[in-house]
Amino acid sequence: MKLTLTIWRQKDPGAKGKFVRYPMDNVNPEMSMLECLDVLNESLAERGEEPVAFEHDCREGICGSCGFMISGVAHGPLPATTVCQLTMRHFKDGEELVLEPWRSRSFPFVKDLVVDRRAFDRIIQAGGYVSVSTGNAPDGNAIPVGKEEADRAMDAAACIGCGACVAACPNGSAALFTGAKIAHLGILPQGQPERDRRAVRMVAQMHAEGFGSCTNIGECTGVCPKEIPLEVIARMNHDYLYGAWRERRQVVTTIAPATDWEFGKK
Amino acid sequence: MSTAVASPRENRAPGFWGSTNGRKAVMAVTGFILFLFVIGHLLGNLQVFDGPVRLNAYGRFLHNLGELLWIVRGILILCVVLHIWATFVLWRRNRDARPIGYQVKKSVASSYADRTMYWSGPIVLAFVIFHLLEFTSGTIHPESRFIPGDVYHNVVAGFSVWWVSAWYIFALILLGMHLRHGLWSMFQSLGLNHPRHTPVLKQAALWIAILITAGYISIPVSVLAGWVR
Amino acid sequence: MKLDAGIPSGPIEQAWDKARFEMKLVNPANKRRHNLIVVGTGLAGGSAAATLGELGYNVRCFCFQDSPRRAHSIAAQGGINAAKNYPNDGDSIYRLFYDTVKGGDFRAREANVYRLAQNSVNIIDQCVAQGVPFAREYGGSLENRSFGGAQVSRTFYARGQTGQQLLLGAYQALERQVDAGQVTMFPRSEMLDLIVVDGKARGIVVRNLVTGKLSVHIADAVILATGGYGNVYYLSTNAKGSNATAIWRAYKRGALFANPCFTQIHPTCIPVSGDYQSKLTLMSESLRNDGRIWVPKQKGDKRPPNQIPEGERDYYLERRYPSFGNLVPRDVASRNAKAVCDEGRGVGETGLGVYLDFSEAMQRLGEETIRERYGNLFDMYQRITDENPYKVPMRIYPAIHYTMGGLWVDYQLQSTIPGLFVLGEANFSDHGANRLGASALMQGLSDGYFVIPYTVGNYLASTKLGKVSETGAEAQAVLTSVQQGVERLLAIPGRRTVDSFHRELGKIVWDDCGMSRTAPGLKDAIGRIRALREEFWQNVNVPGSSNDLNQSLEKAGRVADFLELGELMCMDALERNESCGGHFREEYQTPDGEAQRDDEHFSYVAAWGYTGPGNPPELSREPLEFHYVHPSQRSYK
Repeated sequence: MKLTLTIWRQKDPGAKGKFVRYPMDNVNPEMSMLECLDVLNESLAERGEEPVAFEHDCREGICGSCGFMISGVAHGPLPATTVCQLTMRHFKDGEELVLEPWRSRSFPFVKDLVVDRRAFDRIIQAGGYVSVSTGNAPDGNAIPVGKEEADRAMDAAACIGCGACVAACPNGSAALFTGAKIAHLGILPQGQPERDRRAVRMVAQMHAEGFGSCTNIGECTGVCPKEIPLEVIARMNHDYLYGAWRERRQVVTTIAPATDWEFGKK
Repeated sequence: MSTAVASPRENRAPGFWGSTNGRKAVMAVTGFILFLFVIGHLLGNLQVFDGPVRLNAYGRFLHNLGELLWIVRGILILCVVLHIWATFVLWRRNRDARPIGYQVKKSVASSYADRTMYWSGPIVLAFVIFHLLEFTSGTIHPESRFIPGDVYHNVVAGFSVWWVSAWYIFALILLGMHLRHGLWSMFQSLGLNHPRHTPVLKQAALWIAILITAGYISIPVSVLAGWVR
Repeated sequence: MKLDAGIPSGPIEQAWDKARFEMKLVNPANKRRHNLIVVGTGLAGGSAAATLGELGYNVRCFCFQDSPRRAHSIAAQGGINAAKNYPNDGDSIYRLFYDTVKGGDFRAREANVYRLAQNSVNIIDQCVAQGVPFAREYGGSLENRSFGGAQVSRTFYARGQTGQQLLLGAYQALERQVDAGQVTMFPRSEMLDLIVVDGKARGIVVRNLVTGKLSVHIADAVILATGGYGNVYYLSTNAKGSNATAIWRAYKRGALFANPCFTQIHPTCIPVSGDYQSKLTLMSESLRNDGRIWVPKQKGDKRPPNQIPEGERDYYLERRYPSFGNLVPRDVASRNAKAVCDEGRGVGETGLGVYLDFSEAMQRLGEETIRERYGNLFDMYQRITDENPYKVPMRIYPAIHYTMGGLWVDYQLQSTIPGLFVLGEANFSDHGANRLGASALMQGLSDGYFVIPYTVGNYLASTKLGKVSETGAEAQAVLTSVQQGVERLLAIPGRRTVDSFHRELGKIVWDDCGMSRTAPGLKDAIGRIRALREEFWQNVNVPGSSNDLNQSLEKAGRVADFLELGELMCMDALERNESCGGHFREEYQTPDGEAQRDDEHFSYVAAWGYTGPGNPPELSREPLEFHYVHPSQRSYK
């Protein structure tokens, strides 16, 4: 089949970017979207042009590396699917696809379709864990967890951190990502001791990163490859409101978002 | 680098009032109070169908509340101000969160009502101001005379003007849409939601919004149709 | 070189206790003064960096991905084994140890495997405490399932995403240490060389993948947890970025590479659909519980499967292995699939595939039961192939999945370079010639959480370390050589893309050093790999520059290393004149076509040492002794 890919090309954050049209004649409907880009890149390299940079790794929909907008929808038109598992048969012959990187102030641009999602790491760093050092654990069965609770925690824990929720949200909010981790750990008994502190600190970091606010419209869930439910955001709000009250005397600090890639400088 | 580095945390985080989640909670609570007013106001207004004596008596009753009336008005005004403040600061933040927009952007999951809150809100606000000027202060009362105390007369006279009614109906439909999103959304913002409740809450929000809108609209429609005169 | 694994004497049950007691300790105040480098953030690297940070060391942790959470451990589906014996079905540490040694076809080190089985119990406790949402019974206790043909249920799992959840647990522990200032994280940073000073590993050279800047990092010990080298084959179930560069550069700096030819092929993957194919997707092994595997009896039969009558189908596994049938181990199932396809009886457009048919199971159990058991897998299959497995049989084909070989390490997980420790899939230690299902996660976490924290301390406490500077001559020399390597790649005025070389290399090793190997084939492959490598350095085309994000340059460096490693794999396969586990030499099989081990001559670990460019590598042997599990012939007839 034939397709036209219109792709955002920009060498670095300082350069001026533009859309470039790439007509493709030999697209196999069995290919994944990323394999289609591989084929394009191969031909670009043969012509002496620089290939399109895009993030990818596992190519089975779990690592969360890949992701870009396909004609206005994060990860493309197929629900619950990352671009690496999106096969080309879901497009019509002759269709024109517009490929854009995630756009968010909190995801600084890197190159072509690649952005910097370290903000997510910093949100986890602020409290997305249970503070238990190696060797401190009691027997696995010493902490009973009801099946239903374990399942709900797993629903939230399935998040792959791809950033599609931020990309799709008209407000550029990271509420679904942050809520997913707060819900995962807040549902389980292991997460109870740090529940207030976790919510307050993660929300504070999310704020410091410059993400927008949630308006509860559900665009994030709609594009989420793992279909994380919107209720995780309610859970975050709940834990935050309780936490903000109970921890009102604590001083909460955040990390300044790093935007460059020069390591080791203070 | 042979000594342990200190934790890199250095910036103080905003508290409840500064956080997006806190502001959304403010929006939810004030929205809920305003929703209570919308219901109370509707129940009062529907007395128009009981005739002039009843409605005017209700009007007098409210005016005779004196200081209590002003306390209620004060709370409502505070809610409106806080509701708008929260909206405004969050809107500004959200605008800044995506400095470079998309060439193409499609919505996949949200409804029209969800996406038009930023429009329905200000229009409803404009309507409320107009409404107060028309029926409370009587500053604007086109094509008839405003009689302080004769609520029934003012209502019928006001709605007999077709464009006043049309404007009223339009604004109330927007209010309905605003409520449809807002009623469910406030549970979400206050963290009172649960996967099992979502479908129920969403349905309930839709029907409450429809009933409220229908209730309000029934008044100008009845006036125009000549059922109430 | 004489290889001494340093296994404690005495009964195997007490070996690890004894070793721990004999280890020297670093006191808490001194831990602060030690800098450690961890490369890789998968289950092994992530858990190691987090645990070492908790202990008080200064850790610098590197990964080439944009976040430590993306390491390929995340893709493991099935589960993690532990000898908890919660189901009360007769499991024990000893039984897990026994199964693993036997499953590895008697080519693993007994003491290491025993320690692994011991640690398995603690791993589950640690992960539960971290909040990993393992599957639960209604009563709230942990659920177990059977896996990989084991006779006991000892596999813990979190839906089909066990690897993801375990990795996120380690990643969260790591981020906690980043917040505490104990670990400094360097994402998008690729290790390109090892710095060895006075015979000890003292640092690495790293390329910042965004800015292209090379930098030197000095430490008291270097820990590599960089995963396996399955991507030599181009098509594998590995992530696209998985590479052997870190361990290969360490090999070239003097670490020995053990058993490179031991690679595992997984029988149930979705077949290749065309030349553009970039990776292979695994379908869980559990499908073989109810599916029947067959091909047409006639060569080149292109009829749709539903039109091939029962009498013209060959259920070859059931025919050849009447007692195990479709449930033979991974290596046997894979080899037989290849054999029928080589005969020209393969199915699908490419002829490289066999049918996995559920129609009989659906008649017997009903479609609903099948949907309950395998629904998510069927959905995934349909999403990728657009075929409905409820209506037409699935097509499957084997694919490279895991590499048991890796850098040689002793009982302390230290390589032949003092101060260089190697964890997880990157080392060779625990799986012998074949890995059992649900053991890889166990090994990664055992190494990272429960072995390295002790052994690295012992090394630091018992070794005198001189002062090394980032600007010193040794470090700068390595930096310069890396710099030259990068410039050399960019300067080649070639025409062929990196991927085309990689694809060709993959085809050579897959054909001649894949599921079955022969001496003439391996010799031929060595020649062809050398020629290809020659061509690569003349004719590769690497576009772009070295000072920004250049994915072609990253790939080129990795493929250059694969072109060398591929040759070593073939040499190792050629040298090992026996068949064992994943290594099947056609010359060495029983009359009925099964793998024939030669314990008399080949019961050893083959560890290869680098001797300089152009020189043949030097083989050292570590003899394997079996005091507890006695080698026997595996039979599945």
